[in-house]
Amino acid sequence: MIANWPLLTIITFLPTIGVLFLLMIRGDDEAVSRNARYVALWVSGFTFVISLALVLNFDSARSGYQFEEFREWLPNTGISYHLGVDGISMPFILLSTFLTPLAILASWKSITVRVREYMIAFLVLETMMVGMFASLDMLMFYLFFEGVLIPMFIIIGVWGGARRVYAAYKFFLYTLLGSVLMLVCMLAMYLEAGTTDIPGMTAHGFSAGMQTLLFLGFFASFAVKVPMWPVHTWLPDAHVEAPTAGSMILAGVLLKMGGYGFIRFSLPMFPLASELFAPLIFTLSIVAVIYTSLVALAQSDMKKLIAYSSVAHMGFVTIGIFTLTEQGIAGAMFQMISHGLVSAALFFCVGVVYDRLHTREIDAYGGVAQVMPRYAVFFMFMMLASVGLPGTSGFVGEMLVLVGAWKASSWVAFFAATGLVLGATYMLWLYRRVMFGKVVSAEVEVMDRINGREIFIFVPLTILVLWFGVYPASLLDVMAGSIQQVLDSVAAGGALVIAER
Amino acid sequence: MVQFSMVDMLPALPEIFLAAVALALVLVAAYGGESARNARRVTRLAMAGIAVSMIMVLSGNAGSLSAFGGMFAADSFGAYMKVLVMVGTFAALAMSLRLGGNSQMNKPEYSLLVLMALIGMMLMISADNLMALYMAVELQSLPLYVVAAMRTNSLRSSEAGLKYFLLGALSSGMLLYGASLVYGFAGTTDFDGIRLALEGRELAPVFIIGMVFMISGLAFKVSAAPFHMWTPDVYEGSPTVVTALFAIAPKVAAISMMMRLTYGAFGGIADQWSQVLVALSVASMVIGALGAIMQTDIKRMMAYSSIAHMGYALAGLAAGTLAGATGVMIYMTGYVFMGAGTFAIILLMRRNGDEATRITDLTGLSKTHPMLAVGLLVMMFSMAGIPPMAGFFGKWYVFLAAVEAGLVPLAVIGVVTSVVGAFYYLRIIRLMYFEDTDSPLDGGVPTANRVVLGVSLAVILLFFAGLGTVLGAAETAALSLMTSG
Repeated sequence: MIANWPLLTIITFLPTIGVLFLLMIRGDDEAVSRNARYVALWVSGFTFVISLALVLNFDSARSGYQFEEFREWLPNTGISYHLGVDGISMPFILLSTFLTPLAILASWKSITVRVREYMIAFLVLETMMVGMFASLDMLMFYLFFEGVLIPMFIIIGVWGGARRVYAAYKFFLYTLLGSVLMLVCMLAMYLEAGTTDIPGMTAHGFSAGMQTLLFLGFFASFAVKVPMWPVHTWLPDAHVEAPTAGSMILAGVLLKMGGYGFIRFSLPMFPLASELFAPLIFTLSIVAVIYTSLVALAQSDMKKLIAYSSVAHMGFVTIGIFTLTEQGIAGAMFQMISHGLVSAALFFCVGVVYDRLHTREIDAYGGVAQVMPRYAVFFMFMMLASVGLPGTSGFVGEMLVLVGAWKASSWVAFFAATGLVLGATYMLWLYRRVMFGKVVSAEVEVMDRINGREIFIFVPLTILVLWFGVYPASLLDVMAGSIQQVLDSVAAGGALVIAER
Repeated sequence: MVQFSMVDMLPALPEIFLAAVALALVLVAAYGGESARNARRVTRLAMAGIAVSMIMVLSGNAGSLSAFGGMFAADSFGAYMKVLVMVGTFAALAMSLRLGGNSQMNKPEYSLLVLMALIGMMLMISADNLMALYMAVELQSLPLYVVAAMRTNSLRSSEAGLKYFLLGALSSGMLLYGASLVYGFAGTTDFDGIRLALEGRELAPVFIIGMVFMISGLAFKVSAAPFHMWTPDVYEGSPTVVTALFAIAPKVAAISMMMRLTYGAFGGIADQWSQVLVALSVASMVIGALGAIMQTDIKRMMAYSSIAHMGYALAGLAAGTLAGATGVMIYMTGYVFMGAGTFAIILLMRRNGDEATRITDLTGLSKTHPMLAVGLLVMMFSMAGIPPMAGFFGKWYVFLAAVEAGLVPLAVIGVVTSVVGAFYYLRIIRLMYFEDTDSPLDGGVPTANRVVLGVSLAVILLFFAGLGTVLGAAETAALSLMTSG
């Protein structure tokens, strides 16, 4: 029965309907703020519950797209309203709908001005994220992909830190410049294939020369989004200045748009170019893994440290994707989901102490474990998951990526593994400096223990990280069929072009 | 000898009707006195006339008709563009109804002149002959020179009017000179005739010179770089209601005329003029984007913004194809509503009754006037071409045409300049949302501005939903333009 509902449309646009509710709230400032929080939480929570129907009705045995919706949008142009999910996009949709209510909850107390506008921005952001992962039409994908910039620009710029204006501009213009180059490539592809339908385009088979150019255009966009070295510089700024919840969504979901794009577009549509550019991507990713890990070591700002660690982790993702092996791509996917949960939790960890002490300087902390023991447990767990401790989701992703990388080139695997060591170094060192040792100041001494709301945010994140670490098959099985399909179209695309010659 | 009959004039009925209204309003203006009340009466009557005329255009015959011995073409392209021009003029007039302060614009002749300019614009869109083209341009330009200088106690306004007049006269001269050369080569002033005359003939240099002169003259009118110099000064100096009008309607008329000239008269030799338009387009996009960054006055910034927008529209035109014409029309559709919506807000920028048009006057608008700030936010993102707003779809279709015609470098330059453009549109959003002010702008939003802003917002935000309809209408219109010869 539920299979007949336009589930994806509902999940995508439900938050937008929530925006209308938010606009209708009347009353004094106090009441508006309070009601806005609850409306946003309920709407996003309800969206999450509905999105669970996707999981329950998802058929892992079937390859290809499910919950497909197809409606005419622009007649006779090959552009249509086409939604659908497969094993690759479904986990991301869940990640988005899962993190949004948590992010709203995370900003419950820390956002006190313009609460209504803040919640509107988050709900619009949710629509954009879900819509992007659910789109099976390239023009629609682009609408959502760029649309994300609007709420994020506002979130960083209005509720951000001291250098928020600079960070918001940098974030917006960097990503826009990447996206518009992709746009030109999309125009060329549309003219060549006569449609913007993603499945149709995947089957089209572009010529080798065209693939190279198109790949570069898409690369410009996705590399900025991931972000890959050397176009990662917007990320530390954006993270440091964004409010906690903004960082959670930014690291948790928005960074994944790049990796998702590589898997959805670059690999199946430009298989020859993907093989051609794989060494370049490996090089950039290895530089990212090692260099940004070293940079992370040198940070004195907690958020910045975690931001750099994100760049390093995403380096693993791009390595995994371009190994063009089953393990590598599965590892990359797993790593993205895992990083989505772990980095969101880590940014929330920073947010928790920031709310109390209003500084992110590592030196200002010390001995927090004595004052906030429960918090120390959660932080340690997430820190270890980030390092890749077996039994957490972080381990599975890194392990699979390394296996895939070994298949592609043992050197890539070797250098990537160095990154793991460095990762352990900076995270453990961060933890020691913040948590252990003597209580450094009277302000730290009197910090409140974490409250019920904060525990309520940590618990589901912890459970999922543990669950995926102990029972990775629950996620890998969902993705397996679709990953195989991507690899098939890589092989078929290569064969098609070779046959043409 | 052409047989004259009343039936022949029917395709031009909307224009004839408006002309009659304008003449009648001359009497109302003359006998009603100089009072502000009479001015409002004239404005309302003019708006009613425009509304009736718009219904006539919309209900007109769908086929391609012509009147006055082929001088006047009434086809679906003309209808499409005329509706845009009329919507723009209607909005500009509506917003002039309640002008506070010492604007000196509450004179009956203002609406009258605008109405006459509108007739000129509509004739420009329909002109199918070099003679008709020139006369329509003059009919449009002369009233606009006057309204630019209408605020007689302001030096800036007089300067704007004079500048506009001098450069406008220069461009008309170029247009006329070019037309004479084209006529000399083709032996006819009729667009269809020119097209036939050009077929299979080797083009003499004198014709090419004439063609380039004509395109340059029109480039003045659309304010494409490097013929854009008058635009910032005129935008800044003119009374803001007049700037609002300038920013919307005449641009549409001029670009329509450019389309009819290039696709109609020079339709067979697209390879000859395409490169000229590419050069104009690139120059406009670059100068528009870079020039706007340095501006401190919002009207000047809008001037550079409109230069950049014309650059994008010309990118579609340069393609010289059906897709190109369609793209330009979709672009201009979004442009009209973006312009109307933006100026609905700029017109309200007053502090203690005086106009406050520095960009920094918008600081903190999101706190003091939340609804206006949201409106301007949407307009700015749309102008920057961020989806899902209307501005994005305009860019999508013009660049689609450019890429299809093999002008990939043009498209790349276009999208890169749009990123530069985003920088200054974002600055407005930054001022409104990221910063606070202690000297807020005056409150109070007149109904006219509210309605114009509301309608523009609805069109821009829901553009994606109606895109199928717009696309269909634009394609039909483009087809009628291509096959009119």
